[in-house]
Amino acid sequence: MAEERVKKMALIASQGTLDWAYPPFILASTAAAMEMEVAIFFTFYGLPLLKRKIDAKVSPQSNPAMPMKMPFGPKFFQNISWPMPNFLTGNAPGFESMATTMMKKTFKNKGVASVTELRDLCMEAGVKMIACQMTMDVFGFEKKDFIEGIEYGGAAMFIDFATDADIQMFI
Amino acid sequence: MSDDQKFDMELDCKNLSCPLPVLKTKQAIGKLTPGQVLKMTSTDPGSNKDMASWSNRTGNPILKTEVVGNEHIFYIQRK
Repeated sequence: MAEERVKKMALIASQGTLDWAYPPFILASTAAAMEMEVAIFFTFYGLPLLKRKIDAKVSPQSNPAMPMKMPFGPKFFQNISWPMPNFLTGNAPGFESMATTMMKKTFKNKGVASVTELRDLCMEAGVKMIACQMTMDVFGFEKKDFIEGIEYGGAAMFIDFATDADIQMFI
Repeated sequence: MSDDQKFDMELDCKNLSCPLPVLKTKQAIGKLTPGQVLKMTSTDPGSNKDMASWSNRTGNPILKTEVVGNEHIFYIQRK
């Protein structure tokens, strides 16, 4: 029997809001812990997740089904889902940063790692991170904006890796 | 108890959510030598299934699991 080769996972991270920042880093760090070879291609709005400081926010307006919960108080109070009318989530000044603060607080209370922590764990585990060169040029990013130890490339570089991957996902 | 499982290292993953117990277990197992045993304690209710999958994929066997209250305790041997 031929020796089993290392399994591979190829992800595309195309979204940069706080909620969408989690799945690629959770899946990549876990796959690496399960001894897979992992590459994430960061493109379009996913590209800022490679910035030195991640300033991802959550946008309740574009996620109408998002449960709005309080990160403090007794458990029954924390479990209440507060209905938020669309005119409020879209128009109230500071609503987005409030929702972002609350989501971060809730995640911290529940022992969920921050996006930055998960990204560090990915780097430590040898996950290959590829910044989309085209997106950099379009949005005006420079290499100095990003963390060390990443690679720069384009669609062909991703396809080359993904061709031999056992799991491919567009996130 | 007479059949207490012996272990060489202890890892506390209480109050940590997915995927941290798995990631920290992987890191801790890497510090052991083959044959040594890690005792990992988690309060993440999903860790039962997750640790079994992780063990199955990486080939590091789970020798024993215990549930004490809301704590899941795993004894994992480095392959």
